[in-house]
Formats: sequence, C-alpha cells, structure tokens
Amino acid sequence: MDFSRDMALIKPELWLTGLAIIVLLLELIIKKKEVIAFLGIIAIAVTAFIVLNVAPGLAFKEMYISDGYSMFFKFIFFISSILTILLSMRYLRNENVHYGEYYSLLLFSVLGMSFMASSNDLILLYLGTELMALSIYVLTGFKRYDARSNEAALKYFLLGAFSSALLLYGISYIYLLTGTTNLREIAERLISESSEPVLMIALLFLASAFAFKIAAVPFHMWSPDVYEGAPTPITAFMSVGPKAAGFAVIGRVFIIALGSIAVDWKTVLMVLSVLTMIVGNVLAISQTNIKRMLAYSSIAHSGYALLGIIAGTPEGIRSTMLYLFIYAFMNIGAFAIVTILGREGELISDYEGLGKIEPLWAAIMLIFMFSLTGIPPTAGFVGKFYLFMSVINAGYTGLAILAVIMSAVSAYFYLRVVMLMYMKEPSRTISVSPNLPEALAVTITTGLVLLMGVSPYYFIEFAKVSMSL
Amino acid sequence: MAYPVLSTVIFLPVVGALILLLMGRRQELAIKWFSLIFTVLTFVVSLPLFLNFDKTRSDMQFVEVFEWIPAWNIKYYLGVDGISVLFVLLSALLGPLCVLISWHSIKDKIKEFYIALLLIEAAMIGVFSALDFFLFYVFWEAMLIPMYLIIGVWGGPRRIYSAIKFFLYTLAGSVLMLVGIIVLYFNGGHTFDILSLMSQKFPYKLQLILFWAFFAAFAVKVPMWPVHTWLPDAHTEAPTAGSVILAGILIKMGAYGFLRFSLPLFPDATKAMAPVMLTLSIIAIIYGGLICLVQSDLKRLIAYSSVSHMGFVTLGIFALNQQGLEGGILQMINHGIVTGALFLLVGVIYDRSHSREISHYGGVATVLPVYAGFFMVFTLASIGLPGLNGFIGEFLIILGGFKASRLAGALAATGIIIGAAYMLWLYQRVFFEEVNPHIKGYKDMDLREIITLAPLVVLVVWIGVYPNTFLSFMHESVKQLVIKLQ
Repeated sequence: MDFSRDMALIKPELWLTGLAIIVLLLELIIKKKEVIAFLGIIAIAVTAFIVLNVAPGLAFKEMYISDGYSMFFKFIFFISSILTILLSMRYLRNENVHYGEYYSLLLFSVLGMSFMASSNDLILLYLGTELMALSIYVLTGFKRYDARSNEAALKYFLLGAFSSALLLYGISYIYLLTGTTNLREIAERLISESSEPVLMIALLFLASAFAFKIAAVPFHMWSPDVYEGAPTPITAFMSVGPKAAGFAVIGRVFIIALGSIAVDWKTVLMVLSVLTMIVGNVLAISQTNIKRMLAYSSIAHSGYALLGIIAGTPEGIRSTMLYLFIYAFMNIGAFAIVTILGREGELISDYEGLGKIEPLWAAIMLIFMFSLTGIPPTAGFVGKFYLFMSVINAGYTGLAILAVIMSAVSAYFYLRVVMLMYMKEPSRTISVSPNLPEALAVTITTGLVLLMGVSPYYFIEFAKVSMSL
Repeated sequence: MAYPVLSTVIFLPVVGALILLLMGRRQELAIKWFSLIFTVLTFVVSLPLFLNFDKTRSDMQFVEVFEWIPAWNIKYYLGVDGISVLFVLLSALLGPLCVLISWHSIKDKIKEFYIALLLIEAAMIGVFSALDFFLFYVFWEAMLIPMYLIIGVWGGPRRIYSAIKFFLYTLAGSVLMLVGIIVLYFNGGHTFDILSLMSQKFPYKLQLILFWAFFAAFAVKVPMWPVHTWLPDAHTEAPTAGSVILAGILIKMGAYGFLRFSLPLFPDATKAMAPVMLTLSIIAIIYGGLICLVQSDLKRLIAYSSVSHMGFVTLGIFALNQQGLEGGILQMINHGIVTGALFLLVGVIYDRSHSREISHYGGVATVLPVYAGFFMVFTLASIGLPGLNGFIGEFLIILGGFKASRLAGALAATGIIIGAAYMLWLYQRVFFEEVNPHIKGYKDMDLREIITLAPLVVLVVWIGVYPNTFLSFMHESVKQLVIKLQ
C-alpha cells in the first residue's frame, strides 16, 4: 500500500497530465502551432512508451488497475489521437481556427480515457468519463465561427450531461445495494443479491449511460448531428477513441462487477446490439452527407462490437478488442480522406468521379469502404470474422446471422461511395493537396488495414496476450 | 516439381497487378502488352497441372501447406484433385483471352481495368485450389471487389444497377455460408481444414442446417432458380471480358462449391435434399430456355441460356451418380468454353456496331463470313451436336438424370430441344435473312480476334471427339465422391 508503488503504477497518467499542461503553457509562447501539434504527438509517444514499462497491479486502494486489458485500450487511444493530430493541422488552418488549446484538450481527453480503461472503481470511472467528455464537448465546438459546430457542441453537451446523470444515478443505486464502488467488491457482494428489482434499475441506468457513450440505439440520436458539426478530425477521433473507452468500461463493469447477473445484462446488451445494427445500417442508406453517413455506420459498428461482450467469454472480449483496434484504423482512414478533401468532400455526391480526378485517394477510399463492409482481404473482414466466431461459439448463432445480413445491407451504402467515385463522371475539378502529416496518417491507416487483412496473426496474438496478463 | 505451381499461378497475376499499379497511366500500349504477357505466363506456369497430374490418384495433389493464423488454426493450404484441376486450367486459359478481347474495346481507365482483370484471375484460381475454409472464403469474397468494378465501371448503360445487384445478391448468400463455416469449425474440432472436416461425420440435423447455409451462397452463384435474376443483368451490362469471366468461371464456382463442399461434407442432407435440387434444376432448364425464346437482346439471350445450362450442371451433380457427376463437371468446363466464346463473339460484333439488339442485325453471314463460321461452331456446341463438346456433357448428365429419376431425365431432354430452338432461331435472325443496312461495311474478324477464339474451337472439338483426355482427370476423384455418398 505504499505511496511510491501507487505512483509508479499511474506513471503514464501522471506524465500525460504534466505534458498536457506543458503543451497548454507553451502554446502561449510558441506562435507556430505546428510545433504544438508536434509536441502533442511527442507527449503521447512518451506516455505510450511508459505504459509499456508499467508493471501490472492495483493502486490507490484498488481504485486503479493496470493490466493488459487497460494497456490494449490505451494503445487504441494513443494511436487514434496521434492520427487525429496528424490530420488536424491543415484542416484547422483552412478553417481559421488553428489554436494550441486544441492539442492540449485532445491530450486531456486521452487522459480521461486512460483512466476509464484503468478504473477499477465506479468513482474513478465517472471522473475519467467526465474528463474525456468535457474535453470533447469543447473540441466539438472548436469551429467557433461555424453555427453547425456550435450547435453540435451544445447538443452533445446537453445530452452528455444527461447521460452523466444517468451514470451517477446508476452508480448510486449500486452503492445503495452493496455499500461500495469497487468493482471487485461489488461482484462479491452481489452474488447473494441476484435479480433484485433495484439492481435491475441500476443495470438499466448504467447500460443507458454506456450506450450513450458508444452511440448505441436508442441512445444514438446525438451522434449524426455531432459528427456532422464537429471538425472532421475530431469526428474521426470521436468515432474511435471515446467509443473504445466506452467499450473498455462496459467490458470491465459488466463482466467483473455485474458478473452474477450476466443473464440480465446480456439480454439488455443483446437488445441494444440488435437495434443498433439494424437502425445504424438502415438509416445510413439514405444519408447524403458523408460525415452523417459515417456517423450511422459508426453506430452500426458499435452494434457489431457489442457482440463480443455479449458472448461474454475471454475470446469474446478479445474479439471486441481486436475489432475496435481494427476499426480505429479503417474509420480514421476513411475520415482522413474526408478531411483531406475538406470542403470539397462534405456531401456524398462530392465523390462523383473522384476515381478520375484523384485516382490515388479514390483507391484508398475504396480500400476503407470495403474494409468497413468487411470484405477480405482487408482488416475489417478479419475483425468481423473474429466477432462472429466468438459469438457463435458462445451459442448466439441467431445474432451472428443477423449481423452478417446487416453487413450485407451495409455494403449498399459503402459501395455507393465507390460507385460514385468510379462509375460517375466528375462534375467539377478539385485540387487535393494533402500535407506531409496527412499523407503519413493515410499511409499508416491504409498500410495497417491491408497488413491486418492479409496477416492478422500478430495482432490476434497481441489481443490474446493483453487479455491473459 | 521445381516450383510451387499453385502459388505461382495464383500470385503471378497479383505481382502483375502490382507492377501495373506502378506504371504510368499514359503508357497504354505497354500496360496491355504487359497484362498479356503476365496472363500468358500464368497459363504457361499452370501447364504442369495438366501434364504432371497423376490421374490414378483421387487425393489432393500439388499440395502446399503453411501455417497462416495459428491462433485460429488457419492454414495456407492449397491443392487440387480431379474435380478442381480442370477449373484452375480453364481460369488460366481464359485470362489471356480476356486481355486480348479487351484490347480495343476498353478505352477508359485502362490501367485500372487490367489491374482488376489480373486480380480477379488470381482470386478465381485461389477459390479452386484452396483447401482451408478461411482461405477459400477470402478468395471467394475478394473476387467480388474487382468484379463489381469491372461491371460497374466499364459496363453498359445499366451497369451501376447491375453491379450493385450482383454484389448484394452474392454477398447476401456468401455471408450465410460464412456463418455455416464458423459453425462447422466449432463442430468439427476447431479446424478450417477442409480435408479433415470431410473425414468427419456430422449429425443429420446439423448437416441439414449447414447444407442450406452453404446452399445460400452456392445457389446464388450458380445461379439456381429463383435466385438467378442478378445474372441476366450482370452478364448483359458487363464488358465482354467481364461476361466471359462471369460465364466462364464465376458461376462455376457455385456448382464447384456443391461438389467440393456440400456433397462430401453433408452426404446425408444432400441425399435427402436431392429431389428438391433436381426440381430446382429442371425448373431452371425449362424456364431459362423459354425465357431465351423471347429475348430481343443478344447478350441477354446468352445470359439466360446460362441459367438453363447451369440447370443441367446442377441436375448432373444432384443425380449423385458417376455419370451425372462427371457429366456435370465436364459440362461446367464445356459451358465455360462455349458460353465464354459466345460472349467473346458478341463482343466482337458489339465493338463494331455498339448494339446488342437482335433486330439490329441480319445477313451477317454475307458480310462477315469468318465470324459466322466461328459463331456456327459454338452455336452447335451449345445445343449439343454430337462431335462437339456440349453433346458429351449433356449426354452424361441425362444418363445420370435418368438413373436418379426418369421424370427428371425426360424433362431435361426436353430442355435440350428448347435449347436448339432458341439458338438456331437466334442464328437465323442474326446471320441469315436479308442483309441489314446497319451492318454494311463491317470488317470481318482480324487476326487478334481469331487468335482469341481459335484455342476455344480446338477445345470444343477435342472434348467432343476425345473427351477421355479430360474425363480421365476426374474418374478417380468422382469415384471416391460417389462411394462417400453411398
């Protein structure tokens, strides 16, 4: 219980806090914002390096846990934030909102997510969630001269506050029943309390709050508006980082703390997952704005990712983790193209004839679209395959059948982008000139989507090792 | 064997596609020559499969195994037996022909077209040689991407509708098979190894469920009635090379799937469901044939004739006896050659006239005599004239069909008569009668076009006169299959 050991365990978060503050302060001195962005990347890289060297264990009276599970999720956060920073610089400059706070806010949201992934206590979980959410509310409204961005931020904030209240309410009910907020202790004390009505209420509140974070239907209403209004790199980030953080806490809270009522929460999650897959995919079909389309697609992908948690087995959790990891690359990759096109690529119809004007970017977009559909040999297929495998092994074949049919439905709207790019004549000329960081982000995401599609072996092992720590 | 034949045949086109990717967009001639060289090279390296295949064995040959994803027990596992070897060869043969026929007809996005063509060839050959379910599924699905683009980008006026229809139909069928594959994995001792799964016996109920899951994928691909409606659209709108690949190889993958997976993996369910399959086959034969009689569009007519011909193939397969199965396999090859050739021929005239309407033509035999000669050979092969390849296949199938059910055999024979009716009537309307003013002054086939079609004429006669060259490949493997079905 000694203090220095506890401090050693949370070293990554301490470093990240310090570095984020330094970035915030340096912003006052350094006029060239690209330097700040670069420092942001360094800060994440340093934190990532420290995470690799932290021993597993519990700290601060078991509030904080460092294990392979949290490490895996933290890497998803780190990777998605680095890719986001790479995509942000030119975009913010073009939108005339290139301020340094952007990068420190991003770092703070990553810090919040890290705490979420590492929380072994509902209070820390709540704090992490709030830190993440508050930073992202601001980032959503970062285009301060744009009414849509303001609207999105306000909407997100109001609904987010509502979901925080639900979360707190759920936590308080749990505390009422068990007298503790520690996940492990909750699990021990709940064994005798199974199926108490109050527990069901608590479960519903917690599930609703988490469903809001991962944008699962029927708590998805905010996401299309917010995704559309937010700066595109932040949309990319939101669709991956906070979503993964939401899954990290769902996994930990439901499987560890509420393990004794697994039957009940599996039913709840199953309903959420089914609705999410159906509504997300069906509504995506009729969208005309690419960011809204990707928002609905992102909702649908939450539905798929829930499958692994519903399976409830270690294999299932691993498949959700691997899926989120793969999803990070393919979704940010797709958003990278949207970002690079900037104002030229807001509507889906803007992609008409892109295959002729910009063959390279069109080809890369094609890869991401097929990966999101889940067609081999891309990473998206491997991720879905693993999910289906785990959910079928757990005995939910019907759910898997629904999921595959919904993937077939999703082919329609993903392929529409491909169709417009390659099968229509360009109606205008645009010039696309990505800068070096953007090109780097696209190279990384494309490379990994193809690499994980062709030889997923190492990534599966990575997820496996993380779970067994 | 000095080199891993199957891997070379699969990855040579991929390497070609990668090199094309790096070539300049404007070097059109270089791109074409390069694709031609690579497809010819692929065919040449596939020849050991023909020459060194041991026809006395029924097991897998030219086997290559490597660990791929050990965590899920997935292997990179290739091999061919008497059932699949001919399809690998046919795919490799059609590759260069598709390049040749597209030489002048593809004018837009040339580089992308040949990349797609090379990738599709690789995936097709992969499908026929994969012995691991995961690998098989990867090839099976990966093929959809280039095919979707080939139809949608370089196709006819209704190409976009046809491309998405093709994609959604096949994807919807395939994903159900994917669930089936995973269920099989967990019930078969956590393996995707097709051969080891084949050596197991599954409970009847499971067999039945899986049979239908696989049926969803294969029936759409074949295509069997009533899920055939994507085919006329896709065939009609695709560019010539696309139609040739669709007719020649792609739709064979469905029938191959039945042969390779459904029959040996679920023998009891297959036997129980054979009457249903025979009925569907008969409906396809008759219905497809009747539809052909009312078509006014050349390509659409040939497309519907594919539905009818593939009905024969599935009839042969689900007759579940030696003659029927061998006839089915041979008829798949025949249909690939003949219908592939007919689409090539339609492409030849379409390049000149840009019309697919039958009424646009008439008296073509007067203006393009060489062309008329070629068309005659394949028309006769298609209706099964003795001495040409179609006869052998259909004869064996009807023989097998009679053994399985007299009614099925009789109805199938009626289908042949309908086939003769629509093909000969088509020939009469296009090639005889008065010369249509539209087609005056058209040039006859040039050397490139003759070179494209000549190998297929040779094959049509070869199989028709001495089918044993090809039947001998499959005797042993089919014998094993029939024993398994007893």
